[in-house]
Amino acid sequence: MPLTPSVPALELDGVSFAYRGGPPALEDVTLTVEQGAFLGIAGPNGGGKTTLLRLALGLERPVSGTVRVFGLAPGARGAPRVAYVAQRAQLASGTPVTVRETVETGRLAVRGVVGPLRAADRRAVGQAIDRVGLQDRAGAPLRTLSGGMQQRAFIARALAAEPALLALDEPTTGVDATAQESLAELLAELREELGVTILYVSHEFGAVEHVVSRLVLVRGRIVFDGDPATLPAMWHDPSHAH
Amino acid sequence: MLELEFMRLALAVGVVVGILAPAVGFFLVERRQALVGDGLGHVAFAGVAAGYLLGIEPVLTALAFAVVGGLAIEWLRTRGGAAGDQALALVFYTGIALGVVLVSSAGRLDVNLFQFLFGSILTVTWGDFWLVLALGLGSLAAIGVLYRGLVGAVLDEEGSRVAGVRVGLLNTTVAVLAALTIGISMRVVGILLIAALMALPVLAAQRVAWSLRSTLCLAMGIGIVSVVTGLVLSYYGDLAPGGTIVLVAAGAFVVAALVEARPRLR
Repeated sequence: MPLTPSVPALELDGVSFAYRGGPPALEDVTLTVEQGAFLGIAGPNGGGKTTLLRLALGLERPVSGTVRVFGLAPGARGAPRVAYVAQRAQLASGTPVTVRETVETGRLAVRGVVGPLRAADRRAVGQAIDRVGLQDRAGAPLRTLSGGMQQRAFIARALAAEPALLALDEPTTGVDATAQESLAELLAELREELGVTILYVSHEFGAVEHVVSRLVLVRGRIVFDGDPATLPAMWHDPSHAH
Repeated sequence: MLELEFMRLALAVGVVVGILAPAVGFFLVERRQALVGDGLGHVAFAGVAAGYLLGIEPVLTALAFAVVGGLAIEWLRTRGGAAGDQALALVFYTGIALGVVLVSSAGRLDVNLFQFLFGSILTVTWGDFWLVLALGLGSLAAIGVLYRGLVGAVLDEEGSRVAGVRVGLLNTTVAVLAALTIGISMRVVGILLIAALMALPVLAAQRVAWSLRSTLCLAMGIGIVSVVTGLVLSYYGDLAPGGTIVLVAAGAFVVAALVEARPRLR
């Protein structure tokens, strides 16, 4: 479905959420993210940032309020494609799945689940692998790669889906500082060259602070929303949000 | 050995089971649900008992019960608010309890029942063979056609869901395939041991494979070798076929683990 430029990539309007039997995780969150934005979502552990992302992706349903992705309910048929890179620990596999096999699953969003991949899909998979710099490791099992390389493979899978919106949850957990910087630069390039909207959740946003166009701090509700350069200095320490 | 019709039938059925059980088990193991086969086996036991009680071919009632059990586990896991192991426990124990009650009602706690529990190569009929062949080929074809979707759903269920893949339908397909595998395998391997044939070849293959596809192919190869070797040994050694097949599969796992460890020993 072609994108309508005037439609926001993401809209949350008065959204509240609580896990079953638990206290409210998010209360009355209203947020509009324009297309092409690079939004950093930060905050303390348990503050609700991952919940906010899951609501945006349709993986959780709000108790009250509405969520719209490109003007439609999350997961609506015919909506622009959305790709999700979950926390790396959730993506671990006991099987020696290779980088290429991992990236190939990204084409499910484009090609559907039935039948083999076509030549165009294979080209797209190759381009996604090249894009993240793993062309020399395409046949290597993921578990033989470093954390940073694994994260690049998961991002390549997301890119193979040719998404309009890319959501990442704590992508730098267990990744060294150099790989964090490298990942931030890659995401900035993707936004610049492909125009993809990026939602980036992290409890520490130091690595991406200089590339995000907007920062939201979440602690049950939105406590800061703006240019990261305007964030009060003491809040650069995420523990302050506690 | 091959001049005996029952042995030829057992081997033919065994080859289909040897390929299908690890092929379906591959997706269960990858989803960390290796024990689902065990739970469905116990539901199939209740199906066998129901067949005896109602005077219907037990294989058919076992198939029906296993499919319903598979769907129940999937429903409880995704919509019933029960974690994976809780859903399994509910279906597992309900199945075995129902089986015991029905068997005692039918007065069939006898040798015939043990053949279903532990497998018996003497009991395979031509009717079984055609049923196994049809369901086996149908199941393998389904896996072939949906392979990419099934792999995506097991590697990253939520990522696939966000991508618009109907993950629930794919998970239900795996549950039904697991139920069918158990239904058609119980004559050869037995209800109580079929789950092992779904899991052990996959676990062995994971040790030495270099990719997802090679894991699946190696697991099916180990499955065939386990079944054929187990049947031959059980014939010449007058051993229970189900147990022998599973012990061969367990041996394959030990060999694979040693092969995997070998470079590190240098």
